[in-house]
Amino acid sequence: MSTYLEFEKPIAELETKVSELRKLAEATPGMNVADEAARLEARAAQLLKDTYTKLTPWQKTLVARHPGRPHFYDYVRGLIEDFTPLAGDRGFGDDNAVVGGLGRFRGRPVVLIGHEKGNDTKSRLKHNFGMATPEGYRKAIRIMDLAERFGLPVIALPDTPGAYPGLVSEERGVAEAIARSTDRSLSLTVPMVCVITGEGMSGGAIAIACGNSVMMLEHSVYAVISPEGCASILWRSADKAADAATAMKITAQDLLALKVIDRCIPEPTGGAHRDPLAMVAAVGDAIASELDVLGTKDGETLKRERREKFLRMGRSLAA
Amino acid sequence: MNWITNFVRPRIKSMLGVKETTPDNLWTKCPSCGEMLFQRDLEAAQYVCSHCDFHMKANARQRFQWLFDDAQFEELPFIPVAADPLKFRDEKRYPDRIKEARTKTGQQDAVIAAKGTIAGVPAMVVAQNFAFMGGSLGMAAGEAFIAGAERAVNDHVPLVLVVASGGARMQEGILSLMQMPRATVAVQMLRDARLPYVVVLTDPTTGGVVASYAMLGDIQIAEPGAVIGFSGRRVIENTIREKLPDSFQKAEYLLEHGMVDMVVHRHKLKETIARLISMLMKTPVSAAIAKAVAEPEGGALVPDGVEADAVPPPPESEPQAAQ
Repeated sequence: MSTYLEFEKPIAELETKVSELRKLAEATPGMNVADEAARLEARAAQLLKDTYTKLTPWQKTLVARHPGRPHFYDYVRGLIEDFTPLAGDRGFGDDNAVVGGLGRFRGRPVVLIGHEKGNDTKSRLKHNFGMATPEGYRKAIRIMDLAERFGLPVIALPDTPGAYPGLVSEERGVAEAIARSTDRSLSLTVPMVCVITGEGMSGGAIAIACGNSVMMLEHSVYAVISPEGCASILWRSADKAADAATAMKITAQDLLALKVIDRCIPEPTGGAHRDPLAMVAAVGDAIASELDVLGTKDGETLKRERREKFLRMGRSLAA
Repeated sequence: MNWITNFVRPRIKSMLGVKETTPDNLWTKCPSCGEMLFQRDLEAAQYVCSHCDFHMKANARQRFQWLFDDAQFEELPFIPVAADPLKFRDEKRYPDRIKEARTKTGQQDAVIAAKGTIAGVPAMVVAQNFAFMGGSLGMAAGEAFIAGAERAVNDHVPLVLVVASGGARMQEGILSLMQMPRATVAVQMLRDARLPYVVVLTDPTTGGVVASYAMLGDIQIAEPGAVIGFSGRRVIENTIREKLPDSFQKAEYLLEHGMVDMVVHRHKLKETIARLISMLMKTPVSAAIAKAVAEPEGGALVPDGVEADAVPPPPESEPQAAQ
């Protein structure tokens, strides 16, 4: 079955027991385990619910990185018709960690940008685990230019451990690419809706997360640096990642309270990976409702409101 | 050393706003070549080593003194922000770290904006001081940069950023990350008003700062030898499992890779900036600009980065002809 996280062990044990009982019953005619199985199943379900209503920030980080969590292409498959991927930065190459293209979302043409992490060894390598080189952000800028020129809304799905920290990124100016992508997002006169679906880490995420509406999934995380990175700098030990995750306030609930994000999208019980289709549909509904509101505003208003929203951020917190 | 010098004196200094540079010692050792330098000479040389030309770190007010005419400038007031929005605590409480940094630097936070004239051209200078918690970008720094840009727009003057920063201020978490788009909006205000935005990258400029407003200048200048990059050197070495050359992420490396317009010696910085902003602002050549351009502190007329291209070396005589 699915991959269990370390803190899900008690749930895993119960669920394994249930399936073993069922198998045993199948192999042994006349044996009646239905009651026992149902009882255990109910216990597992309750435990799952309890565990997921009380996830710590570090546990949420692990859920946000769960290999079975829906990624960019899962959302595209579930929500977008006529998806037409676009490639290349027209300067150096094509990056596969930031992907995007044109498509129809519930009837309306849109452009899509997002990080793809991949879901098996081969695709993870192809997408470099969602860690983009400068070309990824330059492609994002191109796609946003396209949206601007043709008046199409931008849907962005940031989900990255951060930009790729390699030699190639530095020599081709990843900092400049991130800065320009942020800059482009903030000057758009079309609606931009962002959903942080997994982990939104640092500049690699913000480059495509400056929307009119920024939403997060219930168990996603969004931070200035990964908890491991923060721990190794401030605590001088990556083992303190859980402490750093708590101290930095990285959960959707915290960020909603700080008014950094606009909306939190509930996940299926036990996390998005337990019911990816339901998750994808819920994200679709949230995007549609945001686009309905933003679609009534003219370009200059969209740009002005987006900028004002970011300028306001943090000012309401008591000095 | 006793408790009075260690504790009381820095407090009094910070209360009186006394500069941190008041020398306790007559001599300073160059961190690059190890040469002992006479403090008064070092200050006169704008903290550039007279032996190896190493550019030492400088604080915000030194930058203002060196760039503005007659060292005259008007500082914008500090804008108070939420003191500890996340109630952040690592090995120390965040407010304690702030207090220490204030005592150490005599600044309220890492960024100060000031108005003055540069070779007669009115301008805003925003300076980010590495000595204040690594020049890290938090809410107060963001507000100071935005205030600088707003004032530049209001007074219709160019903005010069002299930056040194390790990146985001982790103790402010996501609110620190949000300074990247916020400062970017400030850059857009300057752009909308068609005002020049000149960035001077100094040692070091890394992380979220270089990935936002510090890379969005109309003109990008770097000081010689400055480390400028997004990811830390050690992080990259761990990723690629290779040692990186010493030149990696240095100003000259960025020039070579097309990331900055020029690498300019600190002694030629004022002259270069004056020339650039006066042209971009279409200011008639005043006596002050002519003087600054004709007699730059340090001598040569052109910055290092331009010099090499503008004046190609004479062709060498062919070896076979000599034989």
